[in-house]
Amino acid sequence: MAESLLKAVDIYKSFVGVQALKKVNFEIKPGEIHCLAGENGSGKSTLIKIISGVYSPDDGHMEFDGKSYSKITPIEAIKNGIQVIYQDFSVFPNLTVMENLAFNSELADRRHLVNWKRMREIAEEAVAKIDFKVDLDALVGNLTVAEKQMIAISRALMFNTKLIIMDEPTTALTKKEVRNLFNIILKLKERGIAILFVSHKLNEVFEISENFTILRSGELVATGSTSELDAKKFSYYMTGRDFQQRHFVPVNLSENPIFEARGVGMGGRFTDVSFAVHRGEILGITGLLDSGRTELALSIFGIKPIETGQFLVDGNPVRISSPQVAIGNNIGYVPEDRLSEGLFLSQSIADNIVISEIDRLVKSAGILDKKKRSAEIDKWVNELAIATPDPNNACQTLSGGNQQRIVLAKWLACNLDVLVLNGPTVGVDIGSKHDIHGILQQLAKEGLGLIIISDDLPEVLENCSRVLVMKAGRIVADMNAGETDEKTILSYML
Amino acid sequence: MEMKTQTLLKKLSRRNEPYIFLVLLALCLLIEVRSGQFFSSNNLVDIASALIVPGLFAIGAFMVIVSGGIDVSFPALASLSVYATTKYLLDTNYQGGVWVAIVMALAIGAVLGAFNGLFIGYFKLPALIVTLGSSSVFKGIMQGALNSKQLTTIPVGMREWGTSSLFIAKNPVSGLTSRMPVASLAFVIVLALVFLMLRYTMFGRGIYAIGGSEASAHRAGFGVVKTKFIMYIMVGMIASLAGVIRVCMMQQAHPTNMLGMEMNIIAGVVLGGTAITGGRGTLLGCMLGTLLIVIVENSLILLGVPTSWKSVFTGALIIIGTGVSAYQVIRMNSTRKIKAKIQEVV
Repeated sequence: MAESLLKAVDIYKSFVGVQALKKVNFEIKPGEIHCLAGENGSGKSTLIKIISGVYSPDDGHMEFDGKSYSKITPIEAIKNGIQVIYQDFSVFPNLTVMENLAFNSELADRRHLVNWKRMREIAEEAVAKIDFKVDLDALVGNLTVAEKQMIAISRALMFNTKLIIMDEPTTALTKKEVRNLFNIILKLKERGIAILFVSHKLNEVFEISENFTILRSGELVATGSTSELDAKKFSYYMTGRDFQQRHFVPVNLSENPIFEARGVGMGGRFTDVSFAVHRGEILGITGLLDSGRTELALSIFGIKPIETGQFLVDGNPVRISSPQVAIGNNIGYVPEDRLSEGLFLSQSIADNIVISEIDRLVKSAGILDKKKRSAEIDKWVNELAIATPDPNNACQTLSGGNQQRIVLAKWLACNLDVLVLNGPTVGVDIGSKHDIHGILQQLAKEGLGLIIISDDLPEVLENCSRVLVMKAGRIVADMNAGETDEKTILSYML
Repeated sequence: MEMKTQTLLKKLSRRNEPYIFLVLLALCLLIEVRSGQFFSSNNLVDIASALIVPGLFAIGAFMVIVSGGIDVSFPALASLSVYATTKYLLDTNYQGGVWVAIVMALAIGAVLGAFNGLFIGYFKLPALIVTLGSSSVFKGIMQGALNSKQLTTIPVGMREWGTSSLFIAKNPVSGLTSRMPVASLAFVIVLALVFLMLRYTMFGRGIYAIGGSEASAHRAGFGVVKTKFIMYIMVGMIASLAGVIRVCMMQQAHPTNMLGMEMNIIAGVVLGGTAITGGRGTLLGCMLGTLLIVIVENSLILLGVPTSWKSVFTGALIIIGTGVSAYQVIRMNSTRKIKAKIQEVV
């Protein structure tokens, strides 16, 4: 076992002046489960692309099974038993499972004609390798994310595979599906197949991998056995910063609630929900995916108006029948899926920031006041420390954390009283997560009432002053965050 | 067994072809009831011969749409290659058979198709923009360099081929006759070849794969650029063949006569269940959709609908037809979401 399967030695790589990798070393043994972690832009995807032959390194070399290469082609990588499973799984949603499984090997054999019988045999053999039960004639587009992933894995195993690289494999999976995936990974390990897991999720790193490598700004910062790693060290290696847990303590609570729900209900998704939020307070609402938490958030913002009960803003009953009414009452909403619901990804950062206050940035004739606009943009880019060389760049050029800041900036520009955030740090790396938490706590101190809806319990405990737990559409617990813990909350959730 | 028929029915209900077939049947029966003339032998032959040119165009448009592209240049492309061919053969006073005309038009079509393929495949430009542009370029060459005017006579080989028939159908009641042109064989052959290519070659499956996900196709090892390039050459050749047949059947070469056909052709393809976003569709559906458009265009007169209202009917058909398939997609997506939700909870 001492012999390494793959060794990358002193790898350098730069792109148009940006040093993506600096003297990075990496090693993996047969049957090893290794986690490669790092924040966005740390160079982890560059390293993977060098290993799989997509990029060639500027300097350094690689060793496969003892043979040394200064660079390799994607074909050589596959011949050496390296397979990459990308985040989108490289499937064809419009074709059947059978074709999805058989194409790669048919093309590798340079076949020009299609033999449907042979394709079926190849596909049957492929799914049998991981005991994956699936209808070979089903369209892949109709399968769940986990099933698509299984297809990608069975396909990867068809080539005498020694190393499978998985790029953030658990992102869109449910807890049960993750468990399933881990079981399969353990089985592959038994067969001597090495797995390189790319992730920035701490709990995954701990649970499945034996060894880890962490990159930061293109440099190797730590590598070793996972058993020697703890949460604090992990976040330090990832970000280079020391975080102290800052439990949020509300100051300047307003006397009367700024927002109140009295016995609200909507179409069986939630019933008889009551709570109050004061200025200066952060209220956490948590629960399982089907608990009604998201529907409640949508109701507060008027996307799915309530059917029973009432909302009160600053003590006055308000019928929030649409998002316009909600905005008119100074309520803002940061959606769960910020990419599809909260941002115009292809538009500029600047436009995304000012979009919801555009009415106030005009001159008398209704013409956009350019000076006012750029002043406003500069203000928010600085205040929220959005990392961009130019606010005129498209939003999609930013990392998840920075995109989330833009969604925040968009709402803060509107002088809100209440801000509802649904999963504020989903898909955001540790450093940005920490920064966003800081911003939220600061906002509360400045007198905003915040509602955070999240199933990330450490996040809820750290940032909220009060926690409501929802289950099957009802509030089953209302606790002070300082007086409870994850275990208690979980017992109410399940 | 019962289970099997049930799943088969379920599968069929998700596809477009059965619906379009039913609509087609209903329309035919309606026309038959109103006029008593639809299922007469000469009318059927008329419709079949009217299908030849749109059918060939539709095969090309179908391939492009399945690959995730769109082609609006094929009428201009066909016009240019057939016009250039006819003019050259007239100028050289060519007296031989039609084969030279067909081969020459196919060659020009291949070059023009390669022009589209070069920009779409190798330079990775959006297909709509490229074909809008090339459509203009082709028209411009025709009007500028070739100084196009209507050619009222065509070379003898083309004329003879255009008037030769496989068989002639005679309506026993009215005494009207209709010819089935020999050119219909060319259509059937192309249809069969393209069907076999799409189903039994990796090149054909590659067209579907690219339409599903270009990135995945590239990673799987398909030659994405090459596949597109060759496909646009084929489409250029098929369109040019349609152009030759059109000119032969009409017995004259009109430079602008085919222009503007692209919208109805694309509509027919989409009506037949081909996803405009690429990757999904069958040649059978594509032909049914095209047939529906052809029947509406040719037989509404039998229903007593004035020809001036024809475009209204075609338009309504397109909206309803494509609406049904769009609705299907929405329904499928929502059941999928519910399924995913259920799994989440369990």
